Amino acid sequence: MKRKKSLSDTNLLLLITIVVFFVMYISAILFLKQGFLKPQGFFNILNENAYLIILSCGMSLVMITGGIDISVGTLTALICMSSAVLLDMKGGNVVEAILLSLAIGLAFGIVQGFLIAYLEIQPFIVTLAGLFFAKGMTTIVNATQFNVENEEFKALKATRIIIPGMGVVNRKGIYVPAYVEIGVIVALVVVAILFVILKWTKLGRNFYAIGGNAQSASMLGINVKKTKFIAYLMCSVLASIGGFVFFMHAGSGSPSHASGAEMNAIASSIIGGTMLTGGVGNIIGTFFGVISLSTIKNIVTSLGLDEAWWTNITVALMICIFLLIQSLVLKRKAAQKK
Amino acid sequence: MQDDVILKMRNIRKSFGGVHALHEVDFTLRRGEIHALMGENGAGKSTLIKVLTGVYQKDEGTVEIEGIQGEANIRSPQDAQNSGISTVYQEISLCPNLTVAENMFIGRGKGAFTDWKSMNTKADKMLRELDIPTYATEQLGSCSIAVQQMVAIARAVDMECKVLILDEPTSSLDEQEVEKLFKLMRDLKAKGVGIIFVTHFLDQVYEVCDRITVLRDGGLVGEYVIEDLPRVKLVSKMLGKELDDISDIKGEETGKAEDDGSVPVFEAKGLCSTEGIKPFDFYIKAGEVNGFTGLLGSGRSECVRAIFGADKVTEGKVKVKGKEVTIKKPIDAMKLGIGYLPEDRKRDGIVSELSVRDNLILAFQVMKGFFHPISRAKAEEYADEYIKLLDIKTASSETPIGRLSGGNQQKVIIARWLLTHPDYLILDEPTRGIDIGTKIEIQKLALKLASEGKSVTFISSEVDEMLRTCSRLVVMRDRAVVGELSGSDLNQTKVMATIAGGESK
Amino acid sequence: MKQKKSFGEIVNVIVHKQIFIPLAALFILVVFNFIADLIVNDGTSFFEITYGMSKDGYHVLSGNLITVIDNASELVLLAIGMTLVTAASGGQDISVGAVIAIAGSVILRIVCGDGSDANTLQAPIILAFFAACIVAMLFGAFNGMLVAYFKIQPMVATLILFTAGRSIAAWINNNELPVMNAPSFGYFGKFIPGIAVPTPVLIAIAGMILIGLVLKFTNLGLYAQSVGINPNSSRLNGINPEVIKLITYVILGFFVAIAGLIKVSRVQSINYSVIAKDIEMDAILAVALGGNPLGGGKFNIWASILGAYVIQMLTTTLFRYNVDATALPAYKAVVVVVLVVLSAPVVRERLNRLFASLKSKNEGKEAA
Repeated sequence: MKRKKSLSDTNLLLLITIVVFFVMYISAILFLKQGFLKPQGFFNILNENAYLIILSCGMSLVMITGGIDISVGTLTALICMSSAVLLDMKGGNVVEAILLSLAIGLAFGIVQGFLIAYLEIQPFIVTLAGLFFAKGMTTIVNATQFNVENEEFKALKATRIIIPGMGVVNRKGIYVPAYVEIGVIVALVVVAILFVILKWTKLGRNFYAIGGNAQSASMLGINVKKTKFIAYLMCSVLASIGGFVFFMHAGSGSPSHASGAEMNAIASSIIGGTMLTGGVGNIIGTFFGVISLSTIKNIVTSLGLDEAWWTNITVALMICIFLLIQSLVLKRKAAQKK
Repeated sequence: MQDDVILKMRNIRKSFGGVHALHEVDFTLRRGEIHALMGENGAGKSTLIKVLTGVYQKDEGTVEIEGIQGEANIRSPQDAQNSGISTVYQEISLCPNLTVAENMFIGRGKGAFTDWKSMNTKADKMLRELDIPTYATEQLGSCSIAVQQMVAIARAVDMECKVLILDEPTSSLDEQEVEKLFKLMRDLKAKGVGIIFVTHFLDQVYEVCDRITVLRDGGLVGEYVIEDLPRVKLVSKMLGKELDDISDIKGEETGKAEDDGSVPVFEAKGLCSTEGIKPFDFYIKAGEVNGFTGLLGSGRSECVRAIFGADKVTEGKVKVKGKEVTIKKPIDAMKLGIGYLPEDRKRDGIVSELSVRDNLILAFQVMKGFFHPISRAKAEEYADEYIKLLDIKTASSETPIGRLSGGNQQKVIIARWLLTHPDYLILDEPTRGIDIGTKIEIQKLALKLASEGKSVTFISSEVDEMLRTCSRLVVMRDRAVVGELSGSDLNQTKVMATIAGGESK
Repeated sequence: MKQKKSFGEIVNVIVHKQIFIPLAALFILVVFNFIADLIVNDGTSFFEITYGMSKDGYHVLSGNLITVIDNASELVLLAIGMTLVTAASGGQDISVGAVIAIAGSVILRIVCGDGSDANTLQAPIILAFFAACIVAMLFGAFNGMLVAYFKIQPMVATLILFTAGRSIAAWINNNELPVMNAPSFGYFGKFIPGIAVPTPVLIAIAGMILIGLVLKFTNLGLYAQSVGINPNSSRLNGINPEVIKLITYVILGFFVAIAGLIKVSRVQSINYSVIAKDIEMDAILAVALGGNPLGGGKFNIWASILGAYVIQMLTTTLFRYNVDATALPAYKAVVVVVLVVLSAPVVRERLNRLFASLKSKNEGKEAA
C-alpha cells in the first residue's frame, strides 16, 4: 500500500496564511517601495503590534478549545490604567506594576474560567461581562488619559534592541540602526512558548481535543473542565502581559486604549487559520495573521487612501476574502474525501 | 472476592429526575470471559455502562474491581481508565480533528510532553497488527466510520485493561471487520481480559460470548451461561413475554411479486446521484413491499436517497404513477407522495430538542406550506392519535424527542411520515439499534401498509428481516445493482450468494 | 400536606419556565427601586409618572419608567431579530450596531438631499425609511449568505460588517455629519404631537405585534428551531435550511433599519462612530438573559424582549444613583454575572439538590 500524506486542516490553513502574507509584502516592496523596502518598516509593524500578537495568541488558544474571550481588549485598557496610576499616583515601581498587571489578569482568568468551565455558562456571555467590567473599572480607576512620568518606566519604554546588520544609512549619511522594542521580544517569546505548548505538550493537545469534540475528549479521559479553565486562565494572563506591553509602547493610561483590540485579535486568529468552531488553529498562523492585518493597513495608507474608513473597509474585505478561501478549501477537501 | 472475579457491581441504583433507570442491578465479570449484556432499548444497559465508566454517578450500590482495595470510586472516565476499564462506545467518541495516533494515546500516560515519534511508531505498529487500513499521522476525520471505530477499539485494546467494554461496536462494521474484531476479542480473552459486550445482534452473542446478563426495565432479569439459554428463551427473557410470532409475521400474503402489468407507483430508469452509485433501474407497485439488500456500504442507502432527492441526482428518468417527474429536493418527492425514513436516526431523523409533537407534525407541516401552520389543537390531536396508534412510550407529546428511547424515537419518525399519508414509503434501516419488540412491530407495520395498497421499500442489515417482509429484493454490491430476487428465490442462501457475487452458486 | 406539595410543584414548574429568569430579574429591580424609594425618600419616586408639558409644548408622559420603556425600544427590536438569528444559525450577528449606522446614514442622506436646507425635508421620510430598510436587509442578506451558503460561523461572518459598517456609513454621506432639524423628522424618536407616549415605545409595540403575527401565521418559529437544532433532518423533511437562515438575517436587517430610524430621529443627526455603539452586545445579552441557548435551537422571543427591558431598567436604575455613564458597564457586568450564574443549568441542578436534601432533613426532623 502506498502511503498518502494529506495535509491536516490546521497545516493547510497555515500555509495559505503564510503564502498570502509573503505575496502581499513582496508586492508591496516591489510596487510601493517607501517604508516597505527598509527593514525598519517591518520592525515597526512588530513594535506597534507586539501587544496584539500576545492578545491574539491567547485568543487563538481559547478559540482552539472552541470558545471565545472578548474581554481582552478592555482588560488591556484596565491594565494600562492601573499600572499608570500605580506608577504615577501611588508611587509604585515597575516591578510592582508588572506584578499588579499579572494579578489582574490572573483574577480575570480565574473568575471567567470558573464560570465558563465549571458552571458551564456560555463563554461569549461571561467574557462580555468581563468586557463590561474591565471597561467600567478602567474609568473607576481613573477617567482621563495621562502620560506616565515615572523615570524608571520611561527608561524601560525607551529601551531599544538593535538588530545588527539591518540598519540603513540615511540621506545625511548617518547610520540608523534597526531596532525593536522590548515588547517585541516578549511577544516572540510568548509565540515560541505557546507553539511548544500546543504542539508538544499533552495540555496543548488536550486543547485541540476538547475543541474537536468536548464530549469525546471527556470519554477519552481528558478532564475537560480543568483544560477549559486553564485555557481561559492562560488567555487572561496573556492579555495582562499584552496589556503591559501595550503600556510600555504607549506610555500612558487611557480608557480608550486598545479599544476594539478583541476584534482585531479574533480577526488575526481567523486570518491565521484558527477556526471559531474549535479544534483547528496554529500560533504561527496567528503571528502572521497579526502582521498581515497590519501590513494591509500600511499598504492602504501608502496608496494615499489615508481616511480611516478605507483601512476599515480594506481590513473587512481581507477578512472576507480569507474566510471565503478557507471555506472553499475546506469544502473542496471534504468533497475529495468522498 | 473470588479468584476469577475481576468486577463486581452490586445493588446499583440510578435515577434521573425520579425515573428509575437502574434498580438494584448486580453484575459480575470474571477473568477471561466474554459477557454479553442484553436487554431492550431502555432496559438500562447504557446506563449501567455509563455508571461503570464514570460518565454517570450511581445513586447507590457498590463497585469492586480486582486489585483495588475496597470500593472502587469511579467519578470520571479518567478514573475508569486508571482502574483498568476501557470502553468503546456505540457512537464514536474520538476527536475528528486529531490524528489517528493521537486519538489512540491522548488522555493516557504520565508526563507533560507528547513524544510524537514514539507515539506514531507505536500506533503504526498496532494498526498493522490489527490490520486497520490507515496511518498514524492521518487526520481521524478523513477516515471512514468503520476505520474510526476500529481505531477506538485499538485504543481500548492497547490500554492493557482488565475490563474491556464494547458498547455496540459492530453496528458500523461490515462482516469482515466484525470477524477481525471477534478474533481480537478471543485473543484478549485468552490473555485474561474480561470483556463486556453489548449488542443487538443475537448471532454475534452466540458466536463469541460465554455468559449473558439480561436486563429489563432497569432491573436485573438474571445471569446465564450461554449453553443454558437458547435464543428463543433469551428473547423472551428480554421481552418479558413468550414470543410466538417472531418467526412468521408475513403469514400467507406474498402474492404481489409477479409483474401484473399495472403501472408502477414509482419507476426510475438510469438513476444516479453524486454519491457515487452506478445508474440503476427500479420500480415499485402499489401494495408491494420490496427492499434493497447488500453489505454495508454497497450503496443501498444511496439508492433510496437518490429516489427521495436527498442527495443531488445527476441523471435518470423518474416516473410517478406513469407520469414523468423531476425530483430535485426532498420536498419534490414529498409532494409526489413519497416518504423517507433515513438510515441515521440521530443525524438525519430526529430534531432532538423539539417536542414529540413538533417532530411528529414536521413533514406534514412542511407539505402544508410556510404560511399554513397547523393549529396547536390540531397538532395535539395528530400527536395523540399517532402516539396511541403506534404505542409510542412518552411522558407527553410535549416531551423533547431526544429523551425517548431509540425505538420510540424511531416510531415518532415513522408516525411523522404516516401523517403525510404517503403512497410510497421508504424505510432505510428502520430497525437498527432498537429492541426486538419494536423491530417486529415495524415489520408488521410495513406489511400492513402494503395490504392497504401503499408501497414500501424496506432496507435492513439483517437478511432474515428482509426475507420476512419483502416480496422482491434488489441486491447491491459495490455501489451497483447486481440482481433482483423474488418468489422462490427469496431464501437465505440465494440472497447471500447474490450479495457475495462471483461464481458461487 | 398534600396541598403544600402541589404548591411546591407549581413553584417548581414556574421556576423552570424559560421566562422566569428575566421576569424575576425585572421583579427584583422593581422591588429594589421600591425599597430605595422608601429609604432615600427625597421626594421623588422611581415609579412616578407625570403628565406634563414638554419643552415642545405638548402634553406628554415622563418619568423613570417611561424612560426605561422609551430607551429600550431599539434594543427590543434588535432582540427580536437577534433571537431568530440565534435560533436558526446558532450564532449571533455582531454587526447590528454598524448596520444601524448605515441605515441611519441612508435615511439622513435621503432626507437631507443636497444638504442645502437643514430645516425642511428634501424627500419624504417614508421614502428614506424604505431605502434604509432595503439597504439594511441587503446587508442582512450578505451576512446571511456567508453564514448559510459559505458555512462561516455567524460571529466571524458578521465581523466583516462590524469592521467596515461604520466606515461605509461615513462614506454614504462623504464623511459629513448631516443634520435634519425639521420637527417631523423627530417624531419617530421623540413624540408625535398629541400623543403622550414616546413614539419609539409605539414602534417597539408594533414590532412585537408584527413578530407575534408572523410567528402565529407562518411556520417561521418551527422552521428556525428545527434548522437550528438539526439542519440535516430539516432538509430531509423538505425545509431548505439555507433559505431559513438567510430569512432570519434579512428579518434582523429589517428590525435594524427600524432601530436606525429611531436612533437618527432621536438626535436628528448622526455620529458614525458613536451611534448605537456596543448595542450588539446588549442585544445578544438580551437574548441570553431571556434564557435562550446561544448555540441555537429552541427560542422564546418574549423572554428576549423581557431581557431587553431588564437591561434598560438596570441602566436607568444605575443612572438614578448617579453612577457615571462610563463606569456603568462595571455594575452591569456584576448584575449580568449574577443573573447568568443563577440561570445556569449546573447551578440550578446543584440548588435543586441542596433544597431536596434540606427538605429531606426537615422531614426527618418532623418524623422524629
